[in-house]
Amino acid sequence: MLKNVIGKNWPVLTLGVALLGGLLAPFADKSTMPGFYVEVLLGGLMAGVLYSLVALGFALIFKASGVFNFAQGAMVLFAALAVARLAERMPLWAAILLAMAIMVVLAWLIERLVLRPLVNQEPVALLMATLGVAYFLDGFGQTVWGSDIYSIELGIAKEPVMILAGLFQGGILVNKEDFVAAIVAAALVLGLAVFFQKTPTGRALRAVADDHQAAQSIGIPLNRIWVIVWSVAGFVALVAGVIWGSKLGVQFSLSQVALKALPVVILGGFTSVTGAIVGGLIIGVGEKMAEVFLGPVLVQAFDLAGGGIENWFAYMLALLFLLVRPEGLFGEKHIDRV
Amino acid sequence: MTGMADGRAQRIGEVVLAVEGVSLSFGGVRALADVSFDVREHEVRAIIGPNGAGKSSMLNVINGVYHPQQGTIRYMGREYHDMDPHEVAASGIARTFQNLALFKGMSVLDNIMSGRNLKMRSNILLQALRIGPALREEIEHREVVEEIIDFLEIQAYRKTPVGRLPYGLQKRVDLARALALEPRILLLDEPMAGMNMEEKQDMCRFILDVNDQFGTTIVLIEHDMSVVMDISDRVVVLDYGKKIGDGSPDEVRANQAVIDAYLGVTH
Amino acid sequence: MFYRENGQFKSTYASDQQMLPILQDRIFMAALLVFAFGAVPFVVSDYLFLSLVIPFLILALAAIGLNLLVGYCGQISIGHAAFMAVGAYAAYNIALRIPQLNFLVVLVLAGLIAAAVGVLFGVPSLRIKGLYLAVATLAAQFFTDWLFARVKWFTNYAHSGSVQTAPIEMLGWKIDAPVEKYLFLLGVLVVFTLIAKNLVRSHIGREWMAMRDMDVAAEVIGIRPVYAKLTAFAISSFYCGVAGALWGFVHLGSWEPLAFNLTLSLNLLFMIIIGGMGSLLGSYIGAAFIVILPILLNQAPQWLGMRVSTAMTSHLELMIFGALIIFFLIVEPLGLARLWAVGKEKLRLWPFPH
Repeated sequence: MLKNVIGKNWPVLTLGVALLGGLLAPFADKSTMPGFYVEVLLGGLMAGVLYSLVALGFALIFKASGVFNFAQGAMVLFAALAVARLAERMPLWAAILLAMAIMVVLAWLIERLVLRPLVNQEPVALLMATLGVAYFLDGFGQTVWGSDIYSIELGIAKEPVMILAGLFQGGILVNKEDFVAAIVAAALVLGLAVFFQKTPTGRALRAVADDHQAAQSIGIPLNRIWVIVWSVAGFVALVAGVIWGSKLGVQFSLSQVALKALPVVILGGFTSVTGAIVGGLIIGVGEKMAEVFLGPVLVQAFDLAGGGIENWFAYMLALLFLLVRPEGLFGEKHIDRV
Repeated sequence: MTGMADGRAQRIGEVVLAVEGVSLSFGGVRALADVSFDVREHEVRAIIGPNGAGKSSMLNVINGVYHPQQGTIRYMGREYHDMDPHEVAASGIARTFQNLALFKGMSVLDNIMSGRNLKMRSNILLQALRIGPALREEIEHREVVEEIIDFLEIQAYRKTPVGRLPYGLQKRVDLARALALEPRILLLDEPMAGMNMEEKQDMCRFILDVNDQFGTTIVLIEHDMSVVMDISDRVVVLDYGKKIGDGSPDEVRANQAVIDAYLGVTH
Repeated sequence: MFYRENGQFKSTYASDQQMLPILQDRIFMAALLVFAFGAVPFVVSDYLFLSLVIPFLILALAAIGLNLLVGYCGQISIGHAAFMAVGAYAAYNIALRIPQLNFLVVLVLAGLIAAAVGVLFGVPSLRIKGLYLAVATLAAQFFTDWLFARVKWFTNYAHSGSVQTAPIEMLGWKIDAPVEKYLFLLGVLVVFTLIAKNLVRSHIGREWMAMRDMDVAAEVIGIRPVYAKLTAFAISSFYCGVAGALWGFVHLGSWEPLAFNLTLSLNLLFMIIIGGMGSLLGSYIGAAFIVILPILLNQAPQWLGMRVSTAMTSHLELMIFGALIIFFLIVEPLGLARLWAVGKEKLRLWPFPH
């Protein structure tokens, strides 16, 4: 039995073993301090949480409408810009609420103007339409809110905190902001899980995700559902935007960073909320590890001009996953009926 | 009618295709359960059965589109159960589809020309320059395709994009494309679905002509009983993925299990 | 009245299958070529050549390349500028290390190298399609971005990471002036467009289109998916590789690694969406559109008497691109080329309404 399981899944298992090996490889070099290793690991996990937040939006929209939302990053930027600029004139909580309202309006507009006319087209056309939305939002957001770098003050101390000084020599530096981000992300996932499982709207969303036509035939209003889904995705984008924005500052590059979330959903599976989290963590850790530990090795071996492994590591990992397990860790296998 | 059948009966040859113990499942759903039957050269073999009986799946297995979990297909001395569709096509089995798998972005002529693909062998460089063998090929195969177009009487539509044609004509193009492969066995998946009386008669005529003139073995799935009784030599009956009848049309018509299946007697 | 096929009967298959079966089309094409080769060099200013015509021609070549893959074969790629980069750096290194080679040979070699890389990154298309494939092509984009920025050998250990090229010299002809560059490019474009047209209407083209329209049915009639997809990737990358080399050598002169980044990839995609997927004419139209729009946006405010900041124009550009993509996908997925074709249909009936 075990031989059968291994035989069928050997590509995935090989990849898993390779990744695990990569995770432990830094210890092959004697000079790696365990404290430093843990620091990098935690940094990777934190970055991973941020990726997961963006990937959640992807997964939600794909789950409910089968559309791959290329514009998720632009939505994150737009929301962050809205909050940053509005907060200049009103208290933060009011800015966030108003920005949320704006995101709902945006969701409605996208559903009406882009999704509904394209409802019967192939997924590739919808993908490119969301690309168009991304471009439009980028330009529009900067027109309306401005194109400087803005900041969001969440009131969390920016200095890192030293923890576990007793366990590891020199202690480990942890960023308070990252910590808060992790907690927020966890709360968000929990909230979403409850929403999907317990509320009628959540159940309707899952019905739509399963089968559009069947859902329609039992009276679920498809268009309204899509507005809701895109609003929820907008909410997730808002949360991601506020957290990213307070950490990195709100600027144009934010929407590009969100492109990283694509490999996350590949790893996790396009339709899985759990997958978005797990995938984000794996990508976050993998990237950081690769940059910090693998980078110098490559630079030495090939005489490279600097590192920058982070730029492509996530994508290469996603590529490997695509070849080995296209449905991701938690996604559903796709069967083509003729 | 019987005269024609006699004439054909003389020509029917040895077993050319044999389905042996084929079982196919999708996840938990059993599409085919231990189905076995054979097909003789030059005959017209019908596969009938209620909806969902697994008929299209059976053709898909023969084609290589689905790979059965158990059982094999024996054809031309080879036994296979996991050949790729293009290998099956290369060995001489062609098919049409229930839902018309035409290439919507191309004209009728191009659709049928794409069926000649297996025979067109000039390399890319020659095609890029459109000289020598590449140019000759285009013209030679165009001639063959034009014969098929004449045969199926669709000359007026050859440059029309297939998406614009009425359903009946699209079905003819599907058939033409399959014929372009010059197949030994032709699998027809409900070739008369959605047609009126006249169109069905035309299609019957074409199918019989193909069988007469080119000697092509025909395996067809069909719901219209009168068509099946008229033109087929032997019939296989499937129900819930199992074979429940096999023989001449008259034999099958009298088979109690078949009658029960169609009248819906609970098992 | 003028655009009719009356009396133009074809008596051989060869004449029916020719590239431009309608006489009026042949006359128009001949006139266009005469105009392009004979009149344009004297009429167009140097500035217009450098800012408009030359980038237009090179981008049209790249757009044809991408169109072959996406429009004709139905495989999505949003990282295609990666292959332009491969072509550019390959040409640079070949020209650097074997300076005696004729530039046309350099171009072809660069194209072949790009084709090989294209096949490599096309391998995922054998297992995945649609948006999954899109992500795989993004991997190509980011990886080549990094490769040419970091692996110093490619840039000949240049300190800044950028490379510089000398003006092309072929058989004693130094291609320096804008007009000369234009004529050289025009020659290359004519040849490559002809080749693309030939490929598209022969059996490999039909294989590609069959894969695009219905890949399962294509396999059932004997088309080998591996061969069809990989040849599409190979030839598409060949075209983009040559275009990349031309972009670097003829248009830019010198470039840094980010000259072939994601923005360029997305621009190529937009070109073929707006221009028309599955249409060679569409590639040209799309390229023209992408080249002209920013210039138009820059000049239009001045004509209208309004003052708009450069930041604003770039934002407007983004918004207009985005809106146009959506517009075309909804209204006319086959792009401007389809509108042109519809116009021609109407022209055949003119002056009658139907």
